[in-house]
Amino acid sequence: MHIREEKTERHTLAVIVDNEPGILARIAGLFSGRGYNIESLTVSEIAADQSVSRITIVTSASVETLEQIVAQLDRLVPVHQVTDLTTQGPHVERELALVKVAGTGDHRIEALRLGEVYRARVVDATTSSFVFEVTGGREKIDTFVTLMKEVGLVEVARTGIVAIARGREGA
Amino acid sequence: MEAVVVTEKSGADILVEALADLGVEVIFGYPGGAVLPIYDALFKQAQASGGRRAIRHILVRHEQAATHAAEGYARATGKPGVVLVTSGPGATNAVTGITDALLDSIPMVVITGQVPSTLIGTDAFQEADTVGITRHCTKHNYLVKDPAKLGATIHEAFHIATSGRPGPVVVDVPKDVQVATARYSRPGPIQHKTYRPQVKPDLAAIEAAVDMLAAAERPVLYTGGGIINSGPGASQLLRELVRLSGAPVTSTLMGLGALPASSPNWLGMLGMHGTYEANWAMNQADLIIAIGSRFDDRVTGKLEMFAPTSRKVHIDIDRSSINKTVRIDLPIVADAGHALEAMVKVWKARAHPKPDLADWWGRIAEWRAKDCLQFPEGDGTTIMPQRAVRALYEATKHRAPIVSTEVGQHQMWAAQHFGFEAPNKWLTSGGLGTMGYGLPAAIGAQLGHPGALVIDIAGEASIQMNIQELATATQYKLPVKVFILNNEYMGMVRQWQELTYESRYAHSYSDSLPDFVALAEAYGWKGIRIETLDALDDGIAAMLDHDGPVMVDCRVAKLANCFPMIPSGASHTEMILQANEVSGTLDDEAKALV
Repeated sequence: MHIREEKTERHTLAVIVDNEPGILARIAGLFSGRGYNIESLTVSEIAADQSVSRITIVTSASVETLEQIVAQLDRLVPVHQVTDLTTQGPHVERELALVKVAGTGDHRIEALRLGEVYRARVVDATTSSFVFEVTGGREKIDTFVTLMKEVGLVEVARTGIVAIARGREGA
Repeated sequence: MEAVVVTEKSGADILVEALADLGVEVIFGYPGGAVLPIYDALFKQAQASGGRRAIRHILVRHEQAATHAAEGYARATGKPGVVLVTSGPGATNAVTGITDALLDSIPMVVITGQVPSTLIGTDAFQEADTVGITRHCTKHNYLVKDPAKLGATIHEAFHIATSGRPGPVVVDVPKDVQVATARYSRPGPIQHKTYRPQVKPDLAAIEAAVDMLAAAERPVLYTGGGIINSGPGASQLLRELVRLSGAPVTSTLMGLGALPASSPNWLGMLGMHGTYEANWAMNQADLIIAIGSRFDDRVTGKLEMFAPTSRKVHIDIDRSSINKTVRIDLPIVADAGHALEAMVKVWKARAHPKPDLADWWGRIAEWRAKDCLQFPEGDGTTIMPQRAVRALYEATKHRAPIVSTEVGQHQMWAAQHFGFEAPNKWLTSGGLGTMGYGLPAAIGAQLGHPGALVIDIAGEASIQMNIQELATATQYKLPVKVFILNNEYMGMVRQWQELTYESRYAHSYSDSLPDFVALAEAYGWKGIRIETLDALDDGIAAMLDHDGPVMVDCRVAKLANCFPMIPSGASHTEMILQANEVSGTLDDEAKALV
């Protein structure tokens, strides 16, 4: 007997939660406990009084499991609302990365040139290094990081995806 | 004008007062360092109230038993069970019962002591991360860091435990929060910010379900514990819907008693050890209406082959239960009682005639003719376990007993051969399958119903998992009866080994058993041993005649198997009815299933 793998889709979920202690552990624990994947998870307060947070989760699962994930998240007591942005319609996804490259001479010039092409801002510079700030979809950042490997990539910090529905309606 | 003086109280006093305000009558608990202030507050409350509104504390002998006793109390009375344990091992010992309550949707509030907040995270004596450990086995949990918030948190915990799909809620209270003072006032009705369970059904969906039921040629109502949780009214409404529609009814293990076993519409339990007629009816139905049941793997058998010809309506208070394993044609998120009430009302408003289900009942009669619960009677001396359960049923049915069980073969035999006529009479660990559940659950049920006959139908292996609770029953003079079907094996494990591993009985023999009669007597119980068939009825009568707790060691056939059985990985139509149909092997796909 061998373990079978099921066909999966990647979806982006927006989860609005009460900002209580342990909420992130509750969400992460739900995913690990029920065997769901987390590809990316971002969280930040979104209310002026710090009472509510928005969590953006990118997950891969079968269509049936995705429906379960939404229902299970919705069942948690501190959860206000769960939206599957991928199912709901067009939405914008963005990620921010800080990319450190080190080098001199041609590598340094090439890194700056590529940075311009990718609309990356230089947020720190020494005579032998740059830190770029680059924003975009996951693929753009993946590509930028891959290119930087050839010109002296040192390290990368990425925020993970945040996403919001297009158009005037809220999630 | 006189100034209103609001005095501050200690967290422990606030906690106890909040419990009293919530109408708590019984707490199951065990003291320890981190709950001493709460125990002192309970002591003072009992003295000050002079018995009026005094909360009765039941001292168990192990914290796991406190949780099962609370479950038994909750299941038998419909009220939430309340548990009080100390930090560290007190809390971790409670985890099994908390998980059990989560799986079976039992309303329960567990108050755990915690080391002082200043010591949290320092690996202090008897420190455990209780909220971390119980996050995944509770409906919700809290760590209270401010005595001013303790009262409101307790009220909210009860609201969450008892509303929507019921479940266990843990409130972890550091010792300094129990000692520090604050004001407490009884809160009004709780309007939770985020938690708003949907209890009323969508009327259009109910109308569609009723029309489907009225038009169905081969309907089955598949009911579960959600009907019991909804309260006795839901069982009455189910009976009314059955009267109107003439539909046959099957139930999960947790739903037994919602429809009387004596009803002509009763097919028996379904699933792995369900009846032939119930499983075939599910397989051949053109409409299944699931009410407060959740298509558990013990119910469905092989999913791809489950009820292939039916449309499915699913009424459940938990949206995540719908479409979890089986695709549903018409989902209805609602409390079972509210949904049944709406269905009855709509059926009457539409003046649907009672459908002619004669053909369907004719087919059911053919399946019933298999007489699938029949069992070989043995040699005339040996007691068959099924016979023992039936004899117990015949001797006690006029007293409408409350029956609890442990987990294993005896549990299934009790479900199959004991008839339940009303809800809240059947206490069993269905979802988690916790050995050691039955005795403490019986103790809890007896406390909720002091005058009732409460029997734990047990196995000789399971009963040893919480045997220390014999002392609890003795201390509180609870006349519970423990009826052990003693076959000297962990019978269900042995049965699976016989069926799946060619009778290689790895570690399933109950060696070095205690003398249960002597053990009972050592705890101040009456002990009775029944060894032969001719002594069975007299032994049961002697048990019932004694007005204190009794433990019966009923020696039964050692190698009897529980049939019918759907082997793992098989479908409803592949039931094993008798031992001679057993092959002794399974392929790896089936072996990998539980």
